[in-house]
Amino acid sequence: MTTRIGVVTFPGTLDDRDSLRAVRLAGAEPVSLWHRDKDLHQVDAVVLAGGFSYGDYLRAGAISRFSPVMETIIEQARGGMPVLGICNGFQILTEAHLLPGAMLRNNHLHFICRDQKLRVENADTSWTGDYEQGQEISVPLKNMDGRYVADQRTLDELEGEGRVAFRYLDFNPNGSLNDIAGITNAAGNVVGLMPHPEHAVEPLIGTGRTDGLGFFTSILKKLVSA
Amino acid sequence: MTLDTVKHAAGTPDAAQPWKELGLKEDEYQRIREILGRRPTGAELAMYSVMWSEHCSYKSSKVHLRQFGEKAPANDAMLVGIGENAGVVDVGQGYAVTFKVESHNHPSYIEPYQGAATGVGGIVRDILAMGARPVAVVDPLRFGAADHPDTKRVLPGVVAGIGGYGNCLGLPNIGGEVVFDACYQGNPLVNAGCIGVMKHEDIHLAKASGPGNKVILYGARTGGDGIGGVSVLASETFDDTKPTKRPAVQVGDPFQEKLLIECTLEIFKEKLVAGIQDLGGAGLSCATSELASAGSGGMRVELDTVPLRDATLSPEEILMSESQERMCAIVEPQHVDRFMEICEKWDVIATVIGEVTDGERLEIFWHGEQIVDVPPGTVAHEGPVYQRPYARPDWQDALQADDAGKLPRPQTSEELRAQVLALVSSPNQASKSWVTDQYDRFVQGNTVLAQPEDAGIVRIDEESDLGVAMATDGNGRYAKLDPYTGAQLALAEAYRNVAATGAKPLAVSDCLNFGSPEDPGVMWQFAEACRGLADACLELGTPVTGGNVSLYNQTGDTAIHPTPVVAVLGVIDDVNRRTPMAFAEPGQLLYLLGDTAEEFGGSAWSQVVHDHLGGLPPKVDLGREKLLAEILIAASRDGMVDAAHDVSDGGVVQALTESCLRGGNGARIVVPEGLDAFTFLFSESAGRAVVAVPRSEELRFTDMCGARGLPATRIGVVDGEEIEVQGEFTIPLAELREAHEATIPGLLA
Repeated sequence: MTTRIGVVTFPGTLDDRDSLRAVRLAGAEPVSLWHRDKDLHQVDAVVLAGGFSYGDYLRAGAISRFSPVMETIIEQARGGMPVLGICNGFQILTEAHLLPGAMLRNNHLHFICRDQKLRVENADTSWTGDYEQGQEISVPLKNMDGRYVADQRTLDELEGEGRVAFRYLDFNPNGSLNDIAGITNAAGNVVGLMPHPEHAVEPLIGTGRTDGLGFFTSILKKLVSA
Repeated sequence: MTLDTVKHAAGTPDAAQPWKELGLKEDEYQRIREILGRRPTGAELAMYSVMWSEHCSYKSSKVHLRQFGEKAPANDAMLVGIGENAGVVDVGQGYAVTFKVESHNHPSYIEPYQGAATGVGGIVRDILAMGARPVAVVDPLRFGAADHPDTKRVLPGVVAGIGGYGNCLGLPNIGGEVVFDACYQGNPLVNAGCIGVMKHEDIHLAKASGPGNKVILYGARTGGDGIGGVSVLASETFDDTKPTKRPAVQVGDPFQEKLLIECTLEIFKEKLVAGIQDLGGAGLSCATSELASAGSGGMRVELDTVPLRDATLSPEEILMSESQERMCAIVEPQHVDRFMEICEKWDVIATVIGEVTDGERLEIFWHGEQIVDVPPGTVAHEGPVYQRPYARPDWQDALQADDAGKLPRPQTSEELRAQVLALVSSPNQASKSWVTDQYDRFVQGNTVLAQPEDAGIVRIDEESDLGVAMATDGNGRYAKLDPYTGAQLALAEAYRNVAATGAKPLAVSDCLNFGSPEDPGVMWQFAEACRGLADACLELGTPVTGGNVSLYNQTGDTAIHPTPVVAVLGVIDDVNRRTPMAFAEPGQLLYLLGDTAEEFGGSAWSQVVHDHLGGLPPKVDLGREKLLAEILIAASRDGMVDAAHDVSDGGVVQALTESCLRGGNGARIVVPEGLDAFTFLFSESAGRAVVAVPRSEELRFTDMCGARGLPATRIGVVDGEEIEVQGEFTIPLAELREAHEATIPGLLA
C-alpha cells in the first residue's frame, strides 16, 4: 500500500504545490487537502505548507487555525498522526497549541529570503530520522514573522527535553530565541520549522542542494516501517 | 445633487463641466461633444477623461510606437501581438508564454509602499487575463542619488511594497535592476514585469461577444481609492505648487489577489469565460469600453449592482475608481452558475453587472436611469492622437563633444587598484542583495536562476525540463548621450544576458520612461529611442510583443534621463544546461569574448571617479551580439563553459568581481596583449562576455569561436582567494566582498 501524505491548501497558502512535489519526489503519494473539508481522505501524515494563509491578517496562522480541516488535524495529531508545519504551517501549529511558543515579526523588520544553514538537533522525530544528530544542512528561509519566542520555562523545557529540532547556524536571520529554527512536540510526531525543506529537494532548483528531501524520506520510512 | 442622466445632459447643453480638472484639454472636450452630439453626462465625461489620458491612450507616443509593429521581424513564435493585455509567444511543446513590463512610477513616489505593491498587482492581473498562470516577476527600479535623504524614504518603501505584495502572491522574483542617479530624484522609476505560462489552447482575449452573455465583475469591492490615477497622476508633471495627490494612489490587498489568481485559473480550466479583462488603470471605464469595443456587439451595465466598499460613491467615482484586485469576465448564461460556484469556493465576490447586447452602444444605467450612452470604440481606441513637435535638444552636441576619453586616467597600479575598489563599492555597482533578499525567489519550486544571475530562469515543465529566461536592462546614461544607441544598448544587454544563461532570446517587452512629451527635446529622445529599439529588434529577430510608456517623469523643467527599459524573454529546452555566472571551479580558464575598445562615455568609471557624463555611448554591433549569443547558447548546450557573465556597466573588472564573489573563488588575470590594464578593466564596449571554460573543453571551445569568427582572448584562470591582475595589483576576496556588499546596507539599513 502506498503511503499517502496530505498537504493542506488554505486561502493564501503558497508552497502547497512545492510540498506536494517534495512528497512525490520522496516516493509517497501526495494528496491535496482543502481547508473547508474536515475529511483527511485517509492520509497517513499531513504537511501544513508555507505561505500567507488569510493574508497573515490578525496574526500569521491565527485564522487558519480555526478552519474545519484543522479540527481533524488537531485531534489526530494528538493521537499520534505525524504533522509537519513549514513556515506559515509552523505558525499555524503554534496558534493551534500543537507546539509551544509563538512567532513575532523579524527583529530587523524586513522580509528575508536566504539560503540558511541549520543544525539538526533532534534526529529522532518522525520527520528527521534520515538525518544524523548534529548534521548541518542548508535550506531556503523566507519569512516576515519568523522570530521564535517563548517564555523562559517553555524554553528550558524545550532545551531540557531535546525538543529544539533545528537551530540556525552562523547567522540568526530573525532574532529567534536560542537560535531556534524549529521544534518538536514531546511525542516527536508534530514538528514545525521556519525554513523551507520543500524548496531544497532537487539539485537544479533553488539553492542547488537537496538537503530538505530528508524530511520527506524520513516520514516515508517511519510510516512504512510502522 | 441631481443625477446627470443622458436625458438631462441633452436638455442642458450649457451646463459647466469640470473637464479641465479631470485632465482634459479644451479641444478634447469639444471632440467628445461632437462624438456624442451633445454634452457628455458626468459619467461619460469621467470615462473619456481617464481613457483619453496619456497613460491609457498613448496619445503622444502612439505615432512612434507604430514602428514596433511595422518593423516587426517575421517571427513564427508570436501568437498574440501588441494591443492585447500582453503579448504571447510560442516556446514549444505546446506551451505559450506571455510577459510584459509596466511602470508604476508616479504612485510610487507619492506613496512608495502602495505604489510599488499595486504595480506588481496590476502587471500580474494583465498576465492572468491572457489565460496564463503567473510564474515569476521582475522589478527594474531606479532611484535618486543613493545618499539623498529622500531615497531613504522611497527605496525601502518601494522594496517593502514589492516584497509585501509579490511574496504574498507566491511569485518568485527572479530579476530586475536597482539603479541610482540624481536624475531620478523626485521621479523614481518603478517598473514591474511578469511572466505567465499557458497551453496554446488556453489563450484568452479581452472581448465581449455574443448577445445575452453576462458581464461579471469579480474580486474586490469597489472603493474610493485610485480615482483618476491614470489621468491626474500618471499623465502630469509633478509640481510643488499643487496639492498632494495621495488619494489618487490605489491600495493593494495581495491576499485578495492570490484568491483572484487561483479562482480565475480554475475558471479558465473549466473553460467558463468567453472574454476577460483585468481592472487596472481607469478601472471599470477601461474594462467595459475595451471589452465592448473589441467584441461584436454593445454592452449594457447596471452600475448600481457593483459591490462597494463605500456606499456613498457616485456613479462617476465608481467608473473611475482604480480599486485593485478586480476582474471582469464575459460568461455565457449556461456557465454563470458554475462560475459563481468557483468564486464562492475561493471566497471571491462575483456579481452579474450587465450583459452583451446586439446593439453598438455601451449603455450604463444607475437605478434604472441611463447615465452613459456612447460608442465604446470612441472611449477605448479612438482617443486623440498627437503629433507632438520634437527637436534634437540644443545641448546634445555639447554633451557628446565632452568626451569621457579625455578624463584623467589612473597613473599608477595603486591608483588603478583604488579605482577598482571605488567602482565595485559604488552604489550602482555594489551588491543589491539587501534589496533582493526581501523578495521570495524560491516559491513555486521552479527557480533555476535568480538575481544576481545574468537572467532569471524558471522551469515550466517538470517532465521535459523546458524553461524560460528573462532579463531586463536599461541605461539612462547611455540613452542621454544618444537615445537611439542607448535604446539599442539596453536591448543588446538584455539579449546578451539571456544568452549568457544558455537561453535563446525570443521576444521583447519594453517600458519606456521619459519626461514630458510637451517638451520637444524629450519627444526627440522618445522618438529616437523608439526608432533605435525597433531597428534593433528587427535586426536581432526579436519582436516587441507589448509594453508600456511612462511620460511626464519630470519635476518642473527637469526631466529624467531618457530610460528605455527592455525585457528580453528567452527559452531553454533543458534547464539542466543553464549556465550560471559563478566561477565555481578552481583551475578553469577564463576567456573574454568580443572586442575591447576605449569606450568610456556614460561608463560607470566616468560616473564613479569623475562624476562625469559626456561623449558617446559604446558602439552597437548587433551582428556581433547575435554571434556572441549563438556561441554562448551552443557552449551551454554542449557543456563547453561552466560559467558565463556578460560585460556591461563597470566593464570586465565588474564582471570578474561578481563571478568571483558568487563562486567564492579568486582569479589570476593577465592583461591581454594590445590593451592597457585600465582600458581592459573599465571599458564598457558592448558585445562581450567572460566565460569559464573547463580545461578539457578549451580546444573545442576556442575552435568553435575561431570557426565562427568570434574573438576569444584567454585572460586568466580561476584560482586562489584573491583577484590578481598580473603586474598591477592584488585584491583579496574578503576585501573585495566587504567593498561590494557593505555599501547598500550602509546607506539604507
